[in-house]
Amino acid sequence: MIPARLQWPVGFGVVLVAALLPFVCSSYTTSQILTRSLILGLAAASLIFLASLGGWVSLAQLGLYGVAGFTVGNLAKADGGAKVFAMDIWVASLLALVVTVLVGLLIGVIASRSEGIYFLMITLAFGVIIRLLFEKATDLSGFGGINQIIQPSLLGSAQLDPERIYWLCLAICVLVYLGVRYFARTPFGLAFQGIRDNTPRMRALGYNVTLMRTVAFGIGAFIAALAGVLNVWWNTQISPGTIDIGPVIFLLMIAIIGGLYRIEGAWVGALIYVVLDNRLRSIDVVGERVATALGIIFLLIVLLSPGGVMGIYESLSSRWRRTGVTGGATSDGDGTATPTVAGD
Amino acid sequence: MATSEVGATAEIVPQAGPRVRLSRGTVFLLVVLALAVLGIGLQAASDVTLFAQITLNGLSLAGLYFIVASGFTLIFGLMRVVNMAHGSFYMLGGIIAYLIQERMLNPDPTSFDLPQATLSSFLIPLIVSMFSVALLGVLIQQIFLRWNQGQELRQALITIALSIIIADQAVARFGGIAKEISVPVRKSIELPIVGMYGTMRLVMLLVAIVVGVILVLIISRTRFGMIVRAGVDDRQMVTALGVNIQKVFAGAFFLGAMLAGLAGVLGGAVNSVNKSDDGKFLLISLVIVIVGGMGSLPGAAVGAVLLGLIDSYSDVYLPDSVTNYGVLLTFFLLVFVLAIRPYGLFGRPA
Repeated sequence: MIPARLQWPVGFGVVLVAALLPFVCSSYTTSQILTRSLILGLAAASLIFLASLGGWVSLAQLGLYGVAGFTVGNLAKADGGAKVFAMDIWVASLLALVVTVLVGLLIGVIASRSEGIYFLMITLAFGVIIRLLFEKATDLSGFGGINQIIQPSLLGSAQLDPERIYWLCLAICVLVYLGVRYFARTPFGLAFQGIRDNTPRMRALGYNVTLMRTVAFGIGAFIAALAGVLNVWWNTQISPGTIDIGPVIFLLMIAIIGGLYRIEGAWVGALIYVVLDNRLRSIDVVGERVATALGIIFLLIVLLSPGGVMGIYESLSSRWRRTGVTGGATSDGDGTATPTVAGD
Repeated sequence: MATSEVGATAEIVPQAGPRVRLSRGTVFLLVVLALAVLGIGLQAASDVTLFAQITLNGLSLAGLYFIVASGFTLIFGLMRVVNMAHGSFYMLGGIIAYLIQERMLNPDPTSFDLPQATLSSFLIPLIVSMFSVALLGVLIQQIFLRWNQGQELRQALITIALSIIIADQAVARFGGIAKEISVPVRKSIELPIVGMYGTMRLVMLLVAIVVGVILVLIISRTRFGMIVRAGVDDRQMVTALGVNIQKVFAGAFFLGAMLAGLAGVLGGAVNSVNKSDDGKFLLISLVIVIVGGMGSLPGAAVGAVLLGLIDSYSDVYLPDSVTNYGVLLTFFLLVFVLAIRPYGLFGRPA
């Protein structure tokens, strides 16, 4: 891993390079690859946040992302959905964050009583129910989706100024990343990790385990909601297909590629996924069967490398370091070290 | 005076605590149930025939749900494998049967529907499809899951990846249009009170009851069932006693996948074979086993009946303005049950 004293300079360098990318990339790449990766990465970050600190794999995150997107679509001026509100986009987006966090807390109250594989099943059920609701309730989702959601004027036109929304997404992603890293060191964050490692002991020490877990799930919902709002700002449309079971699985795949236990892995995974999704089509053998190819890649990653791509990177770098220096601790001391895929 | 009273109650409360909380939750559930029954009863009194039809619809739907979910809960209860490809097994069951039947019946290319099947051109696709899906299940278990025993999350992820591949390949081979499996019986028959009713729906309900009885007999009377019961309680002990649990695991996967395949054929005959069935029936299996308690066969039956009746009543009895929000009832069912019994109605902590 990167030594602690180099973490800030390296992080700063990565963000700087990322910020300069729109000047060298085509506007298609900026919008369809880079911005999309940031937004999907943010959604995956909400999953990894819960997985790394809480030991939970939640499949409801994309559902919550959809709740945020649909709330914006219904409250703001758009084609389809409830037309009675036509609020200002900023007000609509703020309300969407509030609504999504409330929905997240409701799901969290129920789901936080379960653990491990039960949690995965319960959150998947909630995620699919959210999707079915939006599919059936056409007064909320239009027929086949909400289109032409108005964008904040600050962002200019989606076609002409793709870099503006990119920079906004980048800024929010950096803030979320720093926020999650900071959270992991707060007393609450530490207690939350304590619950992950030994729930009965934390309960015995007097912590209100259910309450803390519910709140943490709410924070995860907030991150997913940010991604959902940014998605409709960028995409200007949302449909029930956005949160179908396929995309739910691909979001999980992004998190698995990223390694499930390091928050920065979310964006690494998202970039790899988006590039694959864009480029696989042009390979002859793959053709229309992109989902099959992605499924096989996903299967191979799960079978071969429990730590995802970040895991491969870490095992390579620790092997490389072992040849130079003796020993080499792989834990990086911020408490986010357990590879969740390997254990149960 | 007042303080001593508080002290006195405080001494009593800890003992009465769990009982009081349980009964409060149960009372709440009973009130909700009573209101639902009252509402449905008022509707039922106004039109008995309609009520009987909807109830039968709900029960036959519950039958289909039970066949799918019983396989899911069996696999989970014994092996702790959350088989995310269970919905794919259901979908494959329907697709394989349809494709075989299409070959057998040589349909008129201008028509979307298959001609009426004979008994053999229905049973052969049914049996071939069931066993193909069962074999696929065993293959998946042997190739991918066996060496990951105990790694629940990893096994779930593996089956998720497989479900993506199966879904995409199914779309490629089968296309996106829903198709109906042809049946060798008349569309509908006359019943007392209900009037004309779909024959295949009755068949489905009957098959579900037979499947339920057979499963109960297998679990309670055979050596296989004995090992399954023991394995659900304590897997390590069973292995330590010298039972070859790998054989039982393979058998459970065979049975579970076969049930999903059977349900897929029946569902394809009653409704249609559809490319989005995998996600739908995965959700149904999940909700049923979460509500009923994971690994519990009676739980799967109760969960299936609850879900089937809710689906069926909410379609008809909800006011028009909210009928689109019927799926929220499934959500609230899940929330209520989990709030009162976190491990499901018949479930126990792992």
